[in-house]
Amino acid sequence: MHSGSEERNHEIVVSLKGVCKKFGDIEVLRGVDMEVAKGEVVAIIGQSGSGKSTALRCIDLLETIDEGSITVYGHEVHKPGVDLRALRQDIGIVFQSYNLFPHLTIEENIMLAPTAVKKLSKADARELAHRVLGQVGLAEKARNYPDQLSGGQQQRVAIARSLAMEPKVMLFDEVTSALDPKLTGEVLRVIEDLAKKGMTMIMVTHEMNFARRIADTIIFMNEGKVWEKGEAGILNNPHTPELREFLQNEL
Amino acid sequence: MTNLDFSVVFDRWDMVLQGIYLTIRLTLVATACGFILGTFCAIGKRGRTPWLKKTCGIYIEAIRNTPLLVQIFLVYFGLSNLGLSLNAVTVSMIALTINVGAYSAEIMRAGFDSIEKGQLEAAETLGLTRRQIYWHVILKQALERVYPALTSQFVLLMLASSICSQISAEELTAVANFIQSDTYRPFETYIVVGALYVVLSLLLRVLFWVFGLAIFRRRRNLAAFI
Amino acid sequence: MGQSFAAGYMLFLLKGALWTLGLSAIALLCGGVLALVVALCRISTQKWLRLAMAFYIQIIQGTPVLVLMFLMYFGLPALGWSVSPLLAASVSLSVYVSAYLGESWRGAIQSVPQAQWEAAECLALSRTQRMAKVVLPQAVRIATPPTVGFMVQIIKNTSLASVVGFIELVRAGQIVNNTTFQPFLIYMLIAVLYFSMCYPLSIFSRKLEARSGEKSYA
Repeated sequence: MHSGSEERNHEIVVSLKGVCKKFGDIEVLRGVDMEVAKGEVVAIIGQSGSGKSTALRCIDLLETIDEGSITVYGHEVHKPGVDLRALRQDIGIVFQSYNLFPHLTIEENIMLAPTAVKKLSKADARELAHRVLGQVGLAEKARNYPDQLSGGQQQRVAIARSLAMEPKVMLFDEVTSALDPKLTGEVLRVIEDLAKKGMTMIMVTHEMNFARRIADTIIFMNEGKVWEKGEAGILNNPHTPELREFLQNEL
Repeated sequence: MTNLDFSVVFDRWDMVLQGIYLTIRLTLVATACGFILGTFCAIGKRGRTPWLKKTCGIYIEAIRNTPLLVQIFLVYFGLSNLGLSLNAVTVSMIALTINVGAYSAEIMRAGFDSIEKGQLEAAETLGLTRRQIYWHVILKQALERVYPALTSQFVLLMLASSICSQISAEELTAVANFIQSDTYRPFETYIVVGALYVVLSLLLRVLFWVFGLAIFRRRRNLAAFI
Repeated sequence: MGQSFAAGYMLFLLKGALWTLGLSAIALLCGGVLALVVALCRISTQKWLRLAMAFYIQIIQGTPVLVLMFLMYFGLPALGWSVSPLLAASVSLSVYVSAYLGESWRGAIQSVPQAQWEAAECLALSRTQRMAKVVLPQAVRIATPPTVGFMVQIIKNTSLASVVGFIELVRAGQIVNNTTFQPFLIYMLIAVLYFSMCYPLSIFSRKLEARSGEKSYA
C-alpha cells in the first residue's frame, strides 16, 4: 500500500542531475540522477560505500558537490549563493545517531529552532513542541533529558524536532541502523505515519520490508550511481545482477 | 627552635584582611574578564577569518610562553608610555586578565572541540546561524566539560596575583612584605601568609564548585570538585 | 659608542638568560629527585606516608612560588641560616617542582595498566624489582609529555628569583634599565628571549603528546 499514489501530484520537487563528488581521490558519486515528486516516498538502498548517504547529505548541503545540479523546491543547492537558511527550513533531516542536544530537555531540543530561526514566542514554540511530540507518541517525555530515553525514543524526538520546523521534504539517513532491533518498530511506525500524511520523503535504509511496504519508488545505488530504480516490485524481481546479489546478501 | 612570635602577624590582622580583600578582588575581576576574553579568543581561533585566527593564535602563544612578572611590567610601562597613569590595582587587573585570558582560551577551545560533530550538523540543518549554534549548543556544554580545568586555572591565577606585589599593588603578599620588614619576623609572617593562601585556594575551589552546581542544572558529580 | 653599549647590554641579558636556564636545570634536577620521592611515597603501602605526602602536595600547590621564595630568602636567615639568592631560589623552585611533578608522576605510575603489575608479580619479582624494571620504565613514557610541558612553567617561574636578587634574565634586564631607562624596550627584549626558550619546548611537548596518543600498550 503506497501513500496516496493516486492523488499524488506529479510535480517534481527534488531533482539531482549528474551529481559527482570526490573525497580526496576517491570518487564517491559518479553521476547520480534522481527525481522525487511531491508526496512521493523514495527509499534508497545499497551497500555501504555505494554513496547513498553521501547523496542524501548533498541534498541538504552537508557536503558540496563537484559536478552536476541539485534542486529542491526551487532552491538551487549546487549554486554558491544559495540561501542556506531558507533551504534548511524546507528540508528536515534525521541522522543515524539522532544528535539530540544532551544539555537541553526534550522540549527545549524541539523548541530551539522554532524560537531561534522562526522567531516564535516561547509559548507558541512550547505548544508546537507538544504537538509534534504527540505526533510521535512522546508527549509525556517533554521535561526529560535525552539520556533518560531509549534509543528509539530519542530517534522519535529527533524526528519531532525536524517536523517542528514544518519542512517540505524529510530526509532519513539510516535512522534505524543504530537501534536495537526491538526499538526499530516504534520509529518505523512514525515514519510510516508521516508517509501516509503525504510528506515527501527520501530515506536511506536497510529495512527492506519496510521499504517494500511504504516506498513509492526504490532506488538501488551502486558504485556511486543509481543502478536500478523502480517500484517495490524490483525487490522481488531485480533486473540487474548486482541488485540480485545485494538482496541475497541482505536476506 | 628559636623564639617564634606569631603574634606580630595577628596584631596587624586588619592589614592582612585588606590584603586578602584585594587578592580576592583581583582574582574575581580577572577571572570574569579573562574568561570572557578567552572565550571570544577561542571562538575567533576556530572561525573563518584568517587574520583573526592568526592574531588570537599569536596572543595565546605569546602569553603562555612568557612569565607573568614580565607581562605585568610590560603592561605597567607600556601604559605609562602611552601617557596613561593608572593605579597599581587597575594595571594588575589588566595584566592578570590578559594572562588568564590566554589560558582560558586554550581550555575553552578544547571544550569546543569536544562537542560531537553530529550535534553541530543537526543544529546547522535546523537552520541555526553560527552565532546561535555557539550560544545554544556549544558554549554551555563545553563549559560544563572543562569546568574542572577552568577552576584549576583560576586558582592558579589567585596564587599568581602575588606577583602584583611587584608593582606595589597592596595585595596579600605585599602586606606580608610590609609586615616582615616592619617587625623583623619574616619567618612567621610568610608562614602565616602561606597558610592563608592555602586556605584561600581551598575556599576558592569550594566557591567554584557551588557556582557550578548553580549554573549547571543537571547533577554535578563530586569528581568535579576534587 | 652607541653600538658597543647596545652589544654590551645584549650580552649581559644573554648571560642572564643563561642563568635562567641554569637555575631551571637545578630546579628540574633537585625537584625531580624530590618528585620521585613524593610520587613513590604517594603510592606506598604505608597509609601515613601517603597522607603525609598528600598533605605536603596540597600545601605547596596552595602557596604562591613568590611567597616560597620570600620564606626561604628572608625567613630562613631569621632562624640562623645564611641564604644566598641562588640557594633561596633553588630550594623554593625545587620544592615547587617536587609537588607538581610528584603528583604528575604519581598519576603516570598509576596509569600503567594493572595487567603489567600483575604480570610482574607472576614472574615472582619483589615489589622493588617490579617498580624498577617493569612499572617505572613504562611510567616514564607516559610522564614524558607533561613533564616536558612543565619545564616551560619552571623556566617562567625562575623569573621570580629576580625578586630575591638572583641575577637571571629579569634581574639582568632591570640592572641594564638602571642605566638606559627604557624599561618597556628592555622588557620586550626579555619577553622575546623567554619566548625563544619556552616556545620550542611547548611545541615539542605538544608533539610528544600527539605521538603518545597514537601509541597503545596493549
